[in-house]
Amino acid sequence: MAIVPNMPRSWRVETKPHKFCPGCGHGLVLKALGEAIDELDIQDRVVFGCDIGCSLLAWDFFNVDIVQTHHGRTTPVMTGIKRARPDRICIAYMGDGGGYAIGSQHLVNAATRNEKITAILVNNCNYGMTGGQMAPTTLPEMKTETTPYGRDVEETGYPTQGPEMVAAIAREGAYTARGTVANVRQLKNYLKKALQNQLEEKGFSFVEALSGCPTNWSTNAKATWAFLEENMTKYFKVGEVKVPVKEEE
Amino acid sequence: MVEKAITGEKRAFMTGNEAVAWAALAAEAEIMYGYPITPQNEIMHYWTRLAPKYGRKFLQTEDEISAGFTTCGGVLAGKRAFTATAGPGNILMQEAMSMAEMLRIPTVVVVQQRGGPSTATVIYSQQETTLTCFGGNGEGLRIVYSTSSHQELFDYTIKAFQIAWKYRFPTFVLGDGYQAKMRESLYLYNPEEKGIPLAEPYPFLGQEGRPGVEREPSHLRNTYNTEEELYQIISRYVEDYERMTPEVVEYQASDFEDAEIVLIAHGIVSRAARAAVKALRSEGLKVGYFRPITLRPFPVGKLREIAPKAKKLVVAESAQGQLFKLVQEALYGETVPLEPYFKPGLGITSEELVEFIMF
Ligand SMILES: Cc1ncc(C[n+]2csc(CCOP(=O)(O)OP(=O)(O)O)c2C)c(N)n1
Ligand code: SF4
Ligand SMILES: [Mg+2]
Repeated sequence: MAIVPNMPRSWRVETKPHKFCPGCGHGLVLKALGEAIDELDIQDRVVFGCDIGCSLLAWDFFNVDIVQTHHGRTTPVMTGIKRARPDRICIAYMGDGGGYAIGSQHLVNAATRNEKITAILVNNCNYGMTGGQMAPTTLPEMKTETTPYGRDVEETGYPTQGPEMVAAIAREGAYTARGTVANVRQLKNYLKKALQNQLEEKGFSFVEALSGCPTNWSTNAKATWAFLEENMTKYFKVGEVKVPVKEEE
Repeated sequence: MVEKAITGEKRAFMTGNEAVAWAALAAEAEIMYGYPITPQNEIMHYWTRLAPKYGRKFLQTEDEISAGFTTCGGVLAGKRAFTATAGPGNILMQEAMSMAEMLRIPTVVVVQQRGGPSTATVIYSQQETTLTCFGGNGEGLRIVYSTSSHQELFDYTIKAFQIAWKYRFPTFVLGDGYQAKMRESLYLYNPEEKGIPLAEPYPFLGQEGRPGVEREPSHLRNTYNTEEELYQIISRYVEDYERMTPEVVEYQASDFEDAEIVLIAHGIVSRAARAAVKALRSEGLKVGYFRPITLRPFPVGKLREIAPKAKKLVVAESAQGQLFKLVQEALYGETVPLEPYFKPGLGITSEELVEFIMF
């Protein structure tokens, strides 16, 4: 008997298996997101936007309405939808290049304006889709196609600390956290809280997810997890960075 | 339902930017997204003053990239959404408009041209013709109305919403700094009372019902995997565009039956051209007049009908040949000579056109 894998209800079965590389973290982030959508029972209200980057492969991933936008522009598209239709739950899904490089002005300003949307950013330390170039999140000394001798922080700066940056800008009511695909249950909880924050119209919500890119890292399963759990978490601290203050406080 | 901003017909004396804001209200635009740039600013200024009174919305974005993409979002959500820009802002706007072309998002953009290239002047030009018609990495599948007066700014802004939603191509109202900032009299009216249809918006995303259960989910993409897949999509779009063309193409033409010279201009320069033709006719010269109102799609048919009868065509524009190229392309194969009158970034008067043609 064929074993039917356990998929979130909001996943679109017809488009599975998904299109990410084997061992890619994107699938796990979207699993956590699918479960969060299911548990909050918001499938009817979600509008999902995906960036250009490997996130574009999610354009038919869920049984929710989806629009694929441009590289870095998912945040403004979802902002535009939310402003026009405040009753929708708008999710902007992007990579670290999309969110921290080409679209950083949109992330910063959406946070500043406390847009009532949820941004989810997959940090895989490189530009995955274009073949493994340096991203704003590439670790010091890390080799990529455009840093073949390792990232020189003197020349290219230090990796972006996204949730910390957003937390520093965003007002009270915003939610920011960093999860990891190494702990999907925790990541799901962060995503749930982020979406809950939008549901309660408290403010901007932002979750970065540490994620593996075995294809461009050229790592096997063991080395992928080692890099994710050891190297990345040394620099990118997993946990909640900013949570809305409780009303009674 | 949004409250009616205008009932009956009102005579007004106002700037073009104000006329655009009133037109957007009259067209029942629901939300504007924008970023400041001269000479477009007052569209936002009037909109932000008027909008809350009629339950309309506004968002000031961080740049024109965002203004373009938030406008796409507003339209995807099923609202009559618009933005306005100029010059360097128009450049940034093109990225979002290329997505609008690909996803067939009926955005409305009002462009008040200023001098170019670069920051240039904040005053006036017709140098955004090529950019507005063909900006983006595509085929220029968009509708561009070039207005010449405040009345037209009002009329065509209303029309832009209706046409954009009817055919689902991004639609531009191409004005300029003179039209933006001058005061002129015009009639404001409620389009519905005149039998002018309003846009009929509907959501592309976020409809009712559980996706995948009660209805199919909307999955909109702009990336394709194969050449053939893309070719098929674009071919279908081009077909739609060509089918639409005879229904939307607009022009003005006069005095061409016996004309030896036909003066061609668009936008505000066409006013100088029309006045020049009148003056030249009174001097006994056989001069005709042609003005494309839609620059995209271009009124090729009418121009090809008029041109061969003339001995010469004069193309006058406040740019270095941007209209000229459109005319040249439209007339490919014809032998009638084309004479340029180019003043990039500079206004053109009827007197100088009279002089140019007479001597
Ligand atoms: C304006 C623009 N510039 C460049 C590209 C090419 N491009 C496509 S995906 C991508 C990088 C994606 O990296 P990231 O955002 O980190 O996502 P990942 O693939 O790693 O998940 C780039 C540069 C583009 N599509 N658009
Ligand atoms: S290239 Fe990397 S990020 Fe993209 S699908 Fe493959 S493993 Fe995932
Ligand atoms: Mg990446």
